[in-house]
Amino acid sequence: MKTENQKAWFFVLPVLVLVAFNALVPLMTVVNYSVQETFGNNQFFWAGLRWFEEILRSERFHAALGRQLLFTVTILIIEVSLGIAIALAMPRKGFWVPVCLVLMALPLLIPWNVVGAMWNIFTLPDIGLLGWTLNNVVGIDYNMTTSPVAAWITVIVMDVWHWTSLVVLLCYAGLVAIPDAYYQAAKIDGASNWAVFRYIQLPKMKTVLTIAVLLRFMDSFNIYTEPFTLTGGGPGNSTTLLSIDLVKIALGQFDLGPAAAMSLIYFAITLAVSWVFYTLMTKDDQ
Amino acid sequence: MRPRSVVPLIYVLFLLLPIYWLLAMSFKTTNEILGGFSLFPQEWTLDNYRAIFSDPTWYWGYINSIIYVSLNTVISLAAALPAAYAFSRYRFMGDKHLFFWLLTNRMAPAAVFALPFFQLYSAVGLFDTHLAVALAHCLFNIPLAVWILEGFMSGVPKELDETAYVDGYSFPRFFATIFIPTIKAGVGVAAFFCFMFSWVELLLAKTLTAVEAKPIAATMTRTASSAGYELGLLAAAGVLTIIPGAIVIYFVRNYIAKGFALGRV
Repeated sequence: MKTENQKAWFFVLPVLVLVAFNALVPLMTVVNYSVQETFGNNQFFWAGLRWFEEILRSERFHAALGRQLLFTVTILIIEVSLGIAIALAMPRKGFWVPVCLVLMALPLLIPWNVVGAMWNIFTLPDIGLLGWTLNNVVGIDYNMTTSPVAAWITVIVMDVWHWTSLVVLLCYAGLVAIPDAYYQAAKIDGASNWAVFRYIQLPKMKTVLTIAVLLRFMDSFNIYTEPFTLTGGGPGNSTTLLSIDLVKIALGQFDLGPAAAMSLIYFAITLAVSWVFYTLMTKDDQ
Repeated sequence: MRPRSVVPLIYVLFLLLPIYWLLAMSFKTTNEILGGFSLFPQEWTLDNYRAIFSDPTWYWGYINSIIYVSLNTVISLAAALPAAYAFSRYRFMGDKHLFFWLLTNRMAPAAVFALPFFQLYSAVGLFDTHLAVALAHCLFNIPLAVWILEGFMSGVPKELDETAYVDGYSFPRFFATIFIPTIKAGVGVAAFFCFMFSWVELLLAKTLTAVEAKPIAATMTRTASSAGYELGLLAAAGVLTIIPGAIVIYFVRNYIAKGFALGRV
């Protein structure tokens, strides 16, 4: 059992200082902006909670939030189910296992804007492998720059390509930790494949799956670089996710007040959902 | 081969297709790219790579990225090791809240913090230095490193610590010569994750640098917009950004299966 020791705070101090420097100062700046109005020239006026009311009522925010939720829920469903399926199908030993794992980890280590650029080159209708094949071999009229549906599907497929491996690797780590004796016992009992999955594999994967869902939720909800490099938020506003819209307001229009208020609302939503996941996760630890 | 092994195989092929296309593009001449679709490069050329290695603005981009990523990995691990030890061994006032607060910093959208970060690092005079990017990336890497290391450390029985004290080890000596070697897999995995998230992040790295410490990924976006449509060059630069990651994966290949569970299996 852990012992009570307040001196442990000294061990945590360096982390505390570094993270607080990076987190609290910018956060306070954002809070500061969110309650003021500026017309440039470094002049600020008290605006109270006006920006928060404005953002919460604005249709633009609702639309961006809607697109963001649709995106996050879609990729979570696809990546988690696909990730579990692939992890279950992976052999436990053999020469090819480490090769597969290394290849699977590769997309995770590509800079995010390169991921966007790569998918852009891959899907160009005239000279991209995927775009050309879809247009000339499959015979689908595919052009991401004109069709919102094509843009949406491409953004989602790109994210599945980019991040499913994280779920696979986490689940696989959970699966290899199950002792062979469990499977042998299940076999003696005549358990079906479903029963093995439901009562042996799934409970063992529960912790790692929660980590996967938590990481994927946080990162997909904050996603900016990849879809921005791929579609620029278009065509029209169709793939303008929350942070793309936020950057448009903050740096494009330089509306610091509304952008700051929006940031805080955005942060609060992420925080609330992640807290639910986190409590579920730590509840199991005890 | 069992029939269901086909599933991972198809998945790996799907992962490799866009990477293959990037690789193929990087060996094509501009004429060939603009001339139309071709599955393999017709005339192999190394011009795109030659252009990168002969232009300092290009290759310094790589050096800059590698400098701040390494710096960040070292800082994150150095700070996270004692903190993770504290979380795994002791109860103290506010520990649970502190742990969650650390995690919340991974949730903060970088887009939200870009402008305040620029102002903060300009104010302390670190703008456009490698240290600025390395420190800024601590925001999301330290929490992750603490989380991973705490998982690995909790797996080490407390008796190890007690035996060492009985044998007369001082805490620093025990920590450096016994404890860290025991969890070296965890340290490797934490370093891998720090490297990974610092290497792939662009928004903050771009915001905090101008010339001196400009990362390779930012050089790419600027070239793409200023020099028009140099797809071959862009592809070659992209291929080169994949290589450091591939090298790092090779080093941690034996820990990937266990390590990705962050020590929590």
